[in-house]
Amino acid sequence: MSVAIDISGLGKRYLIGAQRERAATLRDAVTNMATAPIRRLRHAGSSTGDVSELWALRDVSFDVDAGQVLGVIGRNGAGKSTLLKVLSRITKPTTGRATIHGRVGSLLEVGTGFHQELSGRENIYLNGAILGMTRKEIAAKFDAIVEFSEIAGFLDTPVKRYSTGMFVRLAFAVAAHLDPEILLVDEVLSVGDLAFQRKCLGQMEQIAGSGRTVLFVSHNMVAVRNLCTRVVELDKGRLVADGPSDEIVKAYISAQTAAGGTELHLQQPLGRPEELVVTGARVLDEQGRSEGPFHSSRPLFVEIDVEVARENEGYQVGFDLLSVDGLVLRSWHTDGPEGDWPPLRAGRATLRCEVPAGLLNEGRYAVAPRADVYRTYWLVNGDDAVWFEMLHDHSESPLSLGGSPGVVAPVFDWRAAETHAPQA
Amino acid sequence: MLTLAEGENGSDNSQRLTLRTTTGDSEVRDIPALVIEPPRGWARLEARELWLYRELFYFLTWRNILIRYKQAVLGVLWAVLNPVITMVVFTLLFNKVLGVSSGSYGVPYAVFTFTGLLPWNLFATSLSGAGSSLVGNASLLTKVYFPRLVIPASAVLSTLLDFLIGFAVLAVLMVGYQVTPTWSVLYLPFFVLLALVTALGVSLWLSALYVLYRDVQYIIPFLVQLWFFLSPVTYPTSMIPAGRWSVIYNLNPMTGVIGGFRWALLGQQAPGPLFWVSAAMSLAVLAGGLFYFRRMENIFADVV
Repeated sequence: MSVAIDISGLGKRYLIGAQRERAATLRDAVTNMATAPIRRLRHAGSSTGDVSELWALRDVSFDVDAGQVLGVIGRNGAGKSTLLKVLSRITKPTTGRATIHGRVGSLLEVGTGFHQELSGRENIYLNGAILGMTRKEIAAKFDAIVEFSEIAGFLDTPVKRYSTGMFVRLAFAVAAHLDPEILLVDEVLSVGDLAFQRKCLGQMEQIAGSGRTVLFVSHNMVAVRNLCTRVVELDKGRLVADGPSDEIVKAYISAQTAAGGTELHLQQPLGRPEELVVTGARVLDEQGRSEGPFHSSRPLFVEIDVEVARENEGYQVGFDLLSVDGLVLRSWHTDGPEGDWPPLRAGRATLRCEVPAGLLNEGRYAVAPRADVYRTYWLVNGDDAVWFEMLHDHSESPLSLGGSPGVVAPVFDWRAAETHAPQA
Repeated sequence: MLTLAEGENGSDNSQRLTLRTTTGDSEVRDIPALVIEPPRGWARLEARELWLYRELFYFLTWRNILIRYKQAVLGVLWAVLNPVITMVVFTLLFNKVLGVSSGSYGVPYAVFTFTGLLPWNLFATSLSGAGSSLVGNASLLTKVYFPRLVIPASAVLSTLLDFLIGFAVLAVLMVGYQVTPTWSVLYLPFFVLLALVTALGVSLWLSALYVLYRDVQYIIPFLVQLWFFLSPVTYPTSMIPAGRWSVIYNLNPMTGVIGGFRWALLGQQAPGPLFWVSAAMSLAVLAGGLFYFRRMENIFADVV
């Protein structure tokens, strides 16, 4: 089998707090020039000063065979996106080398280059060209793209009049018809409504099954397991695991749960800093302990920390509850009547949600915070999750010693509806 | 704040992408292997790669034109109104009030100033459009790879439509004032090209600087305004004293562009040695712009 991607010793370094080294405005540049000799005297010996380094990628090496579908997993800030950015040539590595054999297409975002003023038809051509398709190629696939997007009636309407759903469908439709030998995909499936997500996943499966090489970055463990044969895990920029997808995904989830994972510490807040960000999340029991395992006979509390920069009536903050397979049991927002919604004023707030006792079976579950502007766009969409372990102890049946399959375990009422004695 | 580290001292910006052809060891491939490595050495133009992305260049130019005319109520009409109104104001102000004439060109002042306005507007709209083009397309820079040169270049090229519309207006004006072009009009495409070269050269500098220094957004309008008065749009070059001042004046690339343009259309004041000073400046600005842009483009995605 030939190698499609050969990565060796790849590293990418960023400097943090380097304002003084890299002037942000011309004035700074001029000041820098003027004070450089003095600074050099003062910092004689230490050239870095108070600048700290961040290795977003560090000494990463692995090969991807042609035709292989490789999943890349890891927590937020593990370096997954940086890896894709380096491989798709958006940014340069600091060390190492990657060799790619074949035509590369990368999909780091859905709808890159879409312009609000242009019609759907015009955007298909524009976006196709930006993703690397030729005019001929786009023309040949045009009908298929339109059909996939389900927006045939609005082709000549400016995109600014589209609903978010329509926009996303069109954008994904163009991307889904990209036809390179090597496809680099970042978390782009978490778009649109559920039915469309499923369709996109189907399209990805088709691409994955067609003998192309795919590098697939995702938080969606179900998708990774279904699509990929092999998975590599990154942590703090380094490659920490590499193997069959079932094995690596399982180990990853276990590790997340075991490592006191019921508290989500975010290196970078999720969301849009100018609007709303989620800064943390945790799962607690009634005593406020987050260690777990949790008992299904007692209620659980999910806390989500948010920071609001700009107030908006349309903010919705909630979470997905996921099973170990990545199945979403339910996506919750404030369910009560409008008057009962917790207010989201500018500043920090912690939302607390009670998950009633007697709901979950034993096993591992995850809480993935989400936030959106109502019916407009996502702010946080399953970007990271808190894993926790449940013990099943709420059944009063002496036969229930655990081990019944399933992800939910509410107690159902059983009685005989009809009884018939054997007829003599 | 997150900034990129390049080299060991954080100030070595010389980066480039190596696109190397390697013959496969085990099998023959159509596409050469792509080698991604840390940048080092001098920037290269990579003309072959630019050629590969010609369709994107075409689409971005097409997009720029579409957007420009779609967002305006009067659309294409602006391309007519803008130079015509400016011409009328200049004629009233400079010709009637201040007594500036077309000098030895021997044509009505309206025609004289219009022939200067056309290449000037091409240059000025390029500077403001292309200068901010990289920052305006930040989402493209951080999500897709292509030679970054395509963005400012397409922004410059898309000003050509306005120019052509203005040119049609000029044709009407020349017929109206009964100004007949001479054989020198055959050289016109060359001077249009020179105008584009000059506009691209300056735009490359400005767009790359804008990514690194946001002050550039305030500098561009100021620069355009100053540059306008230093270019022979409203007055003939003959008003500049001969000798040293004239040489300095011709260091402005737009002096040569506008002078040559007028000669091609009006058949007067054929380009002399000083024109070549100006044309050499155009090429120097472009060469420097290309070099600087190529050097800086590797870090655009990290700092934009």
